[in-house]
Amino acid sequence: MPEITYLQAISDGLREEMRHDESVFCLGEDIGAFGGAFKVTDGFIEEFGADRVWDTPLAENAIIGTAVGAAAEGLRPVCEMQFADFISCGFDQLVNVAAKMHYRQGLAVPMTVRLPSGGGFSGGPFHSQNPEAWFLQSPGLKVVAPSTPEDAKGLLSAAIRDPNPVVYLEHKHLYRRAKGEVAEGRFEIPLGEARVAREGTDLSVITYGAMVQLALDATEDLDGASVEVLDLRSLVPLDTGAILESVRKTSKVVVLHEATRSCGVGAEVSALIAQEAFEDLDGPVVRVTAPDTPVPFSPPLERAVLPQPDDVRRACLELLAY
Amino acid sequence: MATTTARPAAIEDGGGASVDLTGDDRRALLRYMLLMRATEERALTLYRQGKVPGSFYDGRGQEAVSVGAAFTLGPRDRTCILHRDLGAHLIRGVKPGRVLAQMMGRAGGVTAGKDGNMHFADHQLGCVGMVSMLPDMALVTCGLAIAFQMRREPRVAMTWFGEGSTANGQWHEAMNVAGIRKLPVVFILENNQFAYSTPNDHEFAVDPVKRAEVYGFPGVKVDGNDVEAVFFAAAQAVERARSGGGPTLIEAETMRMHGHGAHDDMSYVPKEMVEHWTARDPIDNYERKLREEGFDTDEIRESVKGELDAETEWALAQPMPEPHTALEGVFATEDPVLGDGNAPWSRWQREAANA
Repeated sequence: MPEITYLQAISDGLREEMRHDESVFCLGEDIGAFGGAFKVTDGFIEEFGADRVWDTPLAENAIIGTAVGAAAEGLRPVCEMQFADFISCGFDQLVNVAAKMHYRQGLAVPMTVRLPSGGGFSGGPFHSQNPEAWFLQSPGLKVVAPSTPEDAKGLLSAAIRDPNPVVYLEHKHLYRRAKGEVAEGRFEIPLGEARVAREGTDLSVITYGAMVQLALDATEDLDGASVEVLDLRSLVPLDTGAILESVRKTSKVVVLHEATRSCGVGAEVSALIAQEAFEDLDGPVVRVTAPDTPVPFSPPLERAVLPQPDDVRRACLELLAY
Repeated sequence: MATTTARPAAIEDGGGASVDLTGDDRRALLRYMLLMRATEERALTLYRQGKVPGSFYDGRGQEAVSVGAAFTLGPRDRTCILHRDLGAHLIRGVKPGRVLAQMMGRAGGVTAGKDGNMHFADHQLGCVGMVSMLPDMALVTCGLAIAFQMRREPRVAMTWFGEGSTANGQWHEAMNVAGIRKLPVVFILENNQFAYSTPNDHEFAVDPVKRAEVYGFPGVKVDGNDVEAVFFAAAQAVERARSGGGPTLIEAETMRMHGHGAHDDMSYVPKEMVEHWTARDPIDNYERKLREEGFDTDEIRESVKGELDAETEWALAQPMPEPHTALEGVFATEDPVLGDGNAPWSRWQREAANA
């Protein structure tokens, strides 16, 4: 199998779906002639034409709202937010119109919203956010956050094929750094199934997205400790079975994410463990996350906010010694 | 008895067929307006009897707008209907009993109790239901039209919104997208004089129908209390959209004759204004006109009453939903798509017969 980047895997996954199914089309700002701010749709307009690669005006509610209508009419739109941060401008259509449609009316809205998310490159407070927790409070949305090229492609196909609105968080830090072997052709990785990124017996790091590789690197050599890394892959639906299984095996848990702390995915996972696996624990559930601040611009400030390998190592060592 | 109206001179549609109203069509226009009013009056009675939870919202005085516009649509056309526009739902085929059950939160309501009052649509009849945030559905309507355009289908999407919606940014996004892509959309701007309690002069400096031109498509103003005027303006816009001519914004000037909801006594509306619009009631005037032309309107009224009594009986017999159903349906497991709506205009019967 060829080794490709995370970015190429997203692009390949989208292209395969568009080749396979005429009802799949994409829309977003600068995705046509320019190929997208990050070049995910580079070459698409030449292959699929301007009808199926729609360069929209700068209007995020229009992107999401028209996608809802097109989806209701049987198409499968794939929306690109230029940066995940801009979903705030299309939030209303996503959480009020798309998310509640099936519950209220029994009408499916098969659409995908791609969110280039995350920091680490001095993008500042409006180009670096990890907004996934917003969507966990919006029943009717599915949320995925792939960490590897293979997952990026397979989860994108599954998101496009799913009959619900799916928020697809693609971490910008991984675009050109994450590389891996990815099968050619179409394949799906089911939504709602976590993946054990590394087996271990002494402690579990439960994480997703860009933090998976960081967790693997940070705990590779942890004074001989056997650290399991669980990649959630989907945040909605959440693979609670895989989480509890890992906790029961290791009895010690660090929950890691790049998003801010309060009421985040880590809080939900911690609460789940406290409620369902209290007696299996051999130490407090520890969260390693960004603090509750915006993501600052200047490199030393940004590093101070985003979880670093040493933060993960320190948290794991402390918990192992508990 | 006249079988066509004299006003305006027959519109030619894209296929060269003339747009006209037969006597049966005109009877149907009156009947749908009467059915809308009767259904809402019955719902208000049920509300006062404590059978309708929450508040109650209706479109009294605005019946000509939804009925006149929706009557133009073919079965494969699609709609996003606003809460003052019950007539459009009735035309597309939603039975009054399901509307009453909906308002009472019964299992037999269109949303089976998941949503209330006029927040419903039967997707099997080609309608995507509204949300409270206005005018969100204008963008969804554009999306329906994008699907038609991409598939090269001669179909039209229609939506309604109040003049209050024109102050919201999403209205601009919808008009702009429709103009850029020349979408087959008909926007019905229902100027009912008030956004809740806020009058026109607090809502905009320039009549919003004038904005259509700067978005690149026509804006037309009609008497929203004249059902045939609304019909002909909408028919022209629908044919234009269907033949690739792009969107139209129709401003139907009318008056919300009840409060924003049943909890609102309209104390902010000047008495003279109510009197002015009462004299222009869309149903009274159309009924008088048809009677003068020899139509038996009493027969229509009786048939509406008979239908509504039976529908009310059905609605009251519907059970409340089982509590466990509150947890169901958050996610779809398959892809149900929009179905086709009823299309009572004789033109569509003729087309079906010729097909």
